[in-house]
Amino acid sequence: MKELMLTNEAVARGAYEAGVRVLSAYPGTPSTEIAESIAKYDEIYSEWAPNEKVAVEVAVGSAVAGARAMACMKHVGLNVAADPLFTVAYTGINAGLVIVVADDPGMHSSQNEQDSRFYARSAHVPMLEPSDAQEAKEFVKLAFEISEKYDTPVILRLTTRVAHSRSLVELCDREEVAIRPYEKSVAKYAMMPANAIIRHRIVEERDCELAEAVNGMEINRAEYTSRSRIGVVCSGVVYEYVKEALPTANVFKIGTIHPIPIKAIEEFSKKVSQLFVIEELEPFIEKQLKASGIKCRGKDIFSLQGELSVAKILEKFERTVTPVPDRTPPRPPVMCAGCPHRGVFYILNKLKLTVNGDIGCYTLGAQPPLSAVDTVLCMGGSVTMAHGFKKALGASSNNVAVIGDSTFLHSGITGLINAVYNKSGLTLIILDNSTTGMTGHQQHPATGKNIKGEPAPAVLLDDLCHACGVKDVAVVDAYDLNGVETAIKNAIASEEVSVIIAQRPCVLLSKAPKPKAKVDACRNCGKCMKIGCPAIRKTDKGIVIDPVQCVGCGVCAEVCPFGSITIDKEGK
Amino acid sequence: MKNILIAGVGGQGTLLTSKVLGKYAQIIGQDCKLSEVHGMSQRGGSVTTHVRIGEKIHSPVIWEGSADIVIAFEMLEASRVKHYLKENGVLLVNDTKILPMPCITGAIQYPEGLKEKMLSEINRAYFITAADIAREAGNEKSANVVMLGALCRLFDFDKTAMEEAIIACVPEKFKEVNLKAFALGYERVK
Repeated sequence: MKELMLTNEAVARGAYEAGVRVLSAYPGTPSTEIAESIAKYDEIYSEWAPNEKVAVEVAVGSAVAGARAMACMKHVGLNVAADPLFTVAYTGINAGLVIVVADDPGMHSSQNEQDSRFYARSAHVPMLEPSDAQEAKEFVKLAFEISEKYDTPVILRLTTRVAHSRSLVELCDREEVAIRPYEKSVAKYAMMPANAIIRHRIVEERDCELAEAVNGMEINRAEYTSRSRIGVVCSGVVYEYVKEALPTANVFKIGTIHPIPIKAIEEFSKKVSQLFVIEELEPFIEKQLKASGIKCRGKDIFSLQGELSVAKILEKFERTVTPVPDRTPPRPPVMCAGCPHRGVFYILNKLKLTVNGDIGCYTLGAQPPLSAVDTVLCMGGSVTMAHGFKKALGASSNNVAVIGDSTFLHSGITGLINAVYNKSGLTLIILDNSTTGMTGHQQHPATGKNIKGEPAPAVLLDDLCHACGVKDVAVVDAYDLNGVETAIKNAIASEEVSVIIAQRPCVLLSKAPKPKAKVDACRNCGKCMKIGCPAIRKTDKGIVIDPVQCVGCGVCAEVCPFGSITIDKEGK
Repeated sequence: MKNILIAGVGGQGTLLTSKVLGKYAQIIGQDCKLSEVHGMSQRGGSVTTHVRIGEKIHSPVIWEGSADIVIAFEMLEASRVKHYLKENGVLLVNDTKILPMPCITGAIQYPEGLKEKMLSEINRAYFITAADIAREAGNEKSANVVMLGALCRLFDFDKTAMEEAIIACVPEKFKEVNLKAFALGYERVK
């Protein structure tokens, strides 16, 4: 029986079938559903970690202890986890260890377009890249075999179009894999110079062995046709595009993106008259072929940016003209009606502060009409950049940092400790909506629930800030604009580090009937249009509030100077 | 082979619609691939999902000029993706407007005459008052299933298999209202 599965679900299924016992992950589009799906298998212990470094280290611990383990993350998460990655490549594992990383070419939901294939190369870790859900499941199982055979972690790389596509998957049973006994080996597991020097040599030997072995692996294969003389080298979703666009071409499909099967590709190149490498983002494959003296074309034809598509390949090879869209007004994502972040950004904009923002739904605070956020760099970067502003400009910096609860726990805490320790005078606003919002409501260490939704100890954010040495911690209701404004004014006037925790659960968490805003005698001044609520529309006769979207948060009523908006609690 | 592109605004049920079509493909024993967008785009932004049904599917994504059918849950979104249609492809539009934020703030005007333009450009363009029909069925949010009813009628999809797919994909408590919405969508289109 085949099942139509999201590739991320198929990765989870692969982990289940491969006998994985431990999974640790931090949510991040397009990888989130892997851990969510694994959490449904009771045979696997699963957890949300506060960040990707923690997740990888937990998985390394379990693998060294003797249980097959996995960690999952989006591409930028691998940057956070790069520290353990580079050294677990030295120690090797005991039981299998697979790290799943999902890249986001085209940046559907990311702050950069990095190509994580380079991590595999520079960390000396093998990397597999599947093309669809069935392959993803099989590759997970193969990755564990390779991991144990070669005593190395293995990375499984997905891209958005693979991770978030659904295709048919043949299900198999779980194979229980016994715990491998842990044996103390300081030379192998305790990395300090004397030991690491020896391990580095072993890593290189493993590299050479793998570089040879991949040429004979079935997941690296040449598909010849007699109808064309051109050859295309590709992997991942691009393989599917090539098969669709150039059905007569000879194709070399790469399954091990690191190390690539150079000898097998060289063989293939001799059988075709012209060789093309079609790959998204960087010329990762192309440059390696060229360095080995294999003539090919690639990035002289295709862009380094964004996603490829069947149409883009047809344009280059068949000279087709791709239809273009009409000029249409954009429809950017917006904060939901009733989003607790809205009022805080309204006040920040009103006070004309420079706002160092962070990663999450609240990044949308940069969009008009709120236009409050000035900078967004990376997870946790708000706190530290704001500190940098303070140290560069002193009191005239006129800035605050804004971060979500999940992101604060991910990597904001260290920045806060730094600010206290180095006497910053920083103001940090934690937008505490009691969830990881943007990725679809995952639990985190302060929500009081674990990945399965079971009760768990909750980190108290105000206690945590006090413990970091912050004396001035104010907790406010995010819907109470006066309270928010007063707290911000007090905090920026202080010369010490101040934290404001603006609390309100994400509006999407509660499905209970909500009150509605009512408009009476609107003077059409346009003030409420400045909060950017998607439920409010301006007409010639005054504003109209959509009762389907409105949740009665009251922020519009608070900004209305004429008291024309009231909240109808009966309108539930 | 059928390429169906579904376009809408985050929260309108494009994802569910593609899941129903995927289930339908499975019921009738065809290969199928779907492509979805999660994350930031779902917060009230433009959302598209891709459905491909046939003997053997490679790309999970439909490309410009290759869609047999475009189903759009909003007029502006229909206009945004209509170039995905192949010649003689069918455009099925929920006859409704949702203003994007730049139009709400007044930075840009919502274009006039979109419907007339699409009717003049595309031979097989159908506009359905799916929101009204859905309300009649008992839940405005089932407009996506009304569109599936219309699709079934226009394309001779297997009605029973589609009903089976809907039942498999929607929560039990919404089963009845969705089947009603589907039936109404099927009846109202000629």
